Amino acid sequence: MAQSVTSMDTRHEAHHDTFKLLGFWIFLVTDCIIFACLFAVYAVLRTHTDGDLTGHELFEVKGFTAETFILLASSFTSGLASLAMHKGNKKQLMAWLAVTVLLGMSFVGLEITEFAKMAAEGATISTNAFLSSFFTLVGTHGLHVTFGLIWMIGVMVQIGRHGIDHLTKEKVTIVGLYWHFLDVVWIFIFTVVYLLGVM
Amino acid sequence: MADKAKGFFVTGDPLIYGADVAIVITLLGILVFLTFFKKWGWLWREWLTTVDHKKIGIMYLVSSLLMLFRGGVDALLMRMQLAFPNSHFLDSQHYNEIFTTHGTIMILFMAMPFMFALFNIVVPLQLGARDVAYPFLNALSFWLFFFGAMLFNLSFVVGGSPDAGWLSYPPLSELAGSPGPGQNFYIWGIQISGIGSLATGINFLVTILKMRAPGMKLMKMPLFSWSVLASCITIIFAFPVLTVTLALLFVDRFFGAHIFTATGGGNPMMYVNLIWMWGHPEVYIVVLPAFGIYSEVVSTFSKKKIFGYKSMVFSMMIISVLSYFTWVHHFFTMGAGADVNTFFAITTMAIGIPTGVKVFNWLFTMFRGRISMTQPMLWTLAFIPCFVVGGATGVMLAVAPADYQYHNSYFLIAHFHQVLIGGVVFGYLAGLYYWWPKMFGFKLNDRLGKWAFWTWNIGFYVCFMPQYALGFMGMTRRVYTYGWDMGWAPYNLVSTGGAFLMGIGFVFQVWQILYSIKNGERDLTGDPWNGRTLEWSIPSPAPLYNFAHIPKVRSDDAWWDMKEHKHGAASEKENKEFEPIHMPKNSGIPFFMAACWFVAGFGLTFEWVWVGIAGLAGVAICLLARSFQRKTDYYIPVDEIKRTEASLGRVV
Ligand code: HEM
Ligand SMILES: [Cu+2]
Repeated sequence: MAQSVTSMDTRHEAHHDTFKLLGFWIFLVTDCIIFACLFAVYAVLRTHTDGDLTGHELFEVKGFTAETFILLASSFTSGLASLAMHKGNKKQLMAWLAVTVLLGMSFVGLEITEFAKMAAEGATISTNAFLSSFFTLVGTHGLHVTFGLIWMIGVMVQIGRHGIDHLTKEKVTIVGLYWHFLDVVWIFIFTVVYLLGVM
Repeated sequence: MADKAKGFFVTGDPLIYGADVAIVITLLGILVFLTFFKKWGWLWREWLTTVDHKKIGIMYLVSSLLMLFRGGVDALLMRMQLAFPNSHFLDSQHYNEIFTTHGTIMILFMAMPFMFALFNIVVPLQLGARDVAYPFLNALSFWLFFFGAMLFNLSFVVGGSPDAGWLSYPPLSELAGSPGPGQNFYIWGIQISGIGSLATGINFLVTILKMRAPGMKLMKMPLFSWSVLASCITIIFAFPVLTVTLALLFVDRFFGAHIFTATGGGNPMMYVNLIWMWGHPEVYIVVLPAFGIYSEVVSTFSKKKIFGYKSMVFSMMIISVLSYFTWVHHFFTMGAGADVNTFFAITTMAIGIPTGVKVFNWLFTMFRGRISMTQPMLWTLAFIPCFVVGGATGVMLAVAPADYQYHNSYFLIAHFHQVLIGGVVFGYLAGLYYWWPKMFGFKLNDRLGKWAFWTWNIGFYVCFMPQYALGFMGMTRRVYTYGWDMGWAPYNLVSTGGAFLMGIGFVFQVWQILYSIKNGERDLTGDPWNGRTLEWSIPSPAPLYNFAHIPKVRSDDAWWDMKEHKHGAASEKENKEFEPIHMPKNSGIPFFMAACWFVAGFGLTFEWVWVGIAGLAGVAICLLARSFQRKTDYYIPVDEIKRTEASLGRVV
């Protein structure tokens, strides 16, 4: 009896795994739509500076290039984490997740400094429509990253407790997917907001 | 202190004092009842923490009927105000608040949950499944809807109701146009329940894609489930747009941003575009499942396979795609230019084609069928002429140049009520009557049902036909009073009479339900209508695990096929061994998480930042708590299944 229940267990959990992943992909589609709308709003408003500061005057190439490299690197290390997981190496998995979290934190740190600096120059969310849309778009991405960090730390705690099993595996896969997604969104922000902005 | 309370509670209107008293008495009554009969534990275990899709469906149903009442009272108040010229029953401000809450509640807190009630109750049973894909998320969706609706309704007595229309166009809905918390109530009430709706869309999409019984290919799936699939796809693409739109409006109001303001470079027109990119698909989201219901009802009560199954499926898919390309027809007059208007006029009219295909298919299904005039069938029959007229006036509105004449007039009001009531509400009522025995195990009384049917229907035409005329006579929507010299008085008086007839229809329905709870005919077969789809193959109400054995499907109309060819659950021979059944455990987290959202929304509504942050922190804690749970499921042992099946009169 116990035997048959465990075999059923794994069968059941196997199909629930694919469920979760499919659901998460659909969730990512909805998140994509959210960002698409924010990009559209930004595209409409980017020239609406109401006679005030423009992106050209505000964006600093050094800052946003650093942010881009850091986030790309963190996406890479989260990939290494999932490789380590598939090898069953818990220590390596934890280490790469920790590096990813650190890189993510420095990304958020840099972004906050950037925002603070802009605010000090008098460029806040309420200055003009261009800045309103800028801060909402980039800020929404930043909030996503922050959320991802808390989530990833939560997953690390669970790995620490239970090791690598099918539940934690699934969680690492999903949070990894989320992290790569944020990277892709950032590439768009980098191009549409910053590169077009300083040109 | 007294001053503060005065700003907080809505004061000065006897209607609202009456409501205050009624609310307090009802709440006290519930508290006393639960305590006196020691029902707290039962309420918590059986309902508040349940993850059973059937119970969640019933909770959606109860809430949506309550909201139908609230929205209906709003409607009657408006019609009373408009019955006579120069009337001062309501003042202009109060009228603004009422049409805003009426529209919002009817669409978001009545139609949507009614639809989700039917999704929950029917879809897993039609698919031959034991649950939805994500039962925990399903409970969370319900509680998000519930607390969102509560927050919105609270504005009635605390802080003040929103008054900028059900779609809240800026700049009117911006801080300068609507100071005070009313508009924030609107934003957070909808935002919170909207997140729940989005999750439901994902949940049912995955359920339908992944949990069909073996053998049920997509093209063998019952049409109601197909309509849910179409509706869910539309939800998944539409609701994120709503989320963004409301969030941006909040950013404007809360942080003083300039996205939609008239100053600082903001662009109010962008809001109008965004909100209708959600809003137009939204009307198809609510009507598609109604189409699914009509298909089931027509085929069951004509004792025939549905005519043109494939074309039914394709037309729903085409409608859900086209619904994204029509949004500009809501503002032809706002100066987008002739080319743009022409494009959207044509796409709008194009939707008439697949819809027409469906109407003909229903008619052909009935043609030469053995029709039985049950209550679900009555509402379906009433739907057809109503929707045909509504569709025709819709095409009239879609003629862009002509729309300059009747844009935002009572012609429009009559049109959209015709499709929303005739299409959506009639459809959901047909579904309610059709699946009621499955939900509760008894039928609803026929005689009272007929009274309800006729008062609703006659009331409908008496109420809304005069409004087409009023539209042509120049009466615009949202006017709160008018003079004798306009010549509108007789039409308005008749219209109000019709509205009250519909109100009487609703009273009949409540009476019908209460009466039938006591005296209703019990359904012992599980298949009172001689149905065709799998939900009728199991007892009513369905046991916790729905199907003791997962059915094997060989053709469409799976249950009909089983009955005809005596296989599956319809065969005596089928006596397979039971296996333990895997089920999700109940959880209190969805309730608490949604309650935390309520706290957050309430705090942000009043700009009490710390309350808002505390609420959001609560949400985060609930999320983490859930993530750390490992044993979220259990097995129902074979003995218990045997006992349950035997008690339901099944051979074991
Ligand atoms: C049961 C009978 C109903 C009556 C008598 C009724 C009556 C009214 C009236 C008098 C208005 C305001 C017109 C104006 O002054 O502009 C209105 C608006 C509206 N109604 Fe209804 N209604 C009914 C049912 C419904 C239902 C079932 C729905 C949706 C499912 C609905 C959705 C709306 C919407 C969206 C508005 C527009 C609100 C706005 O202008 O912002 N109504 N209705
Ligand atoms: Cu539309």
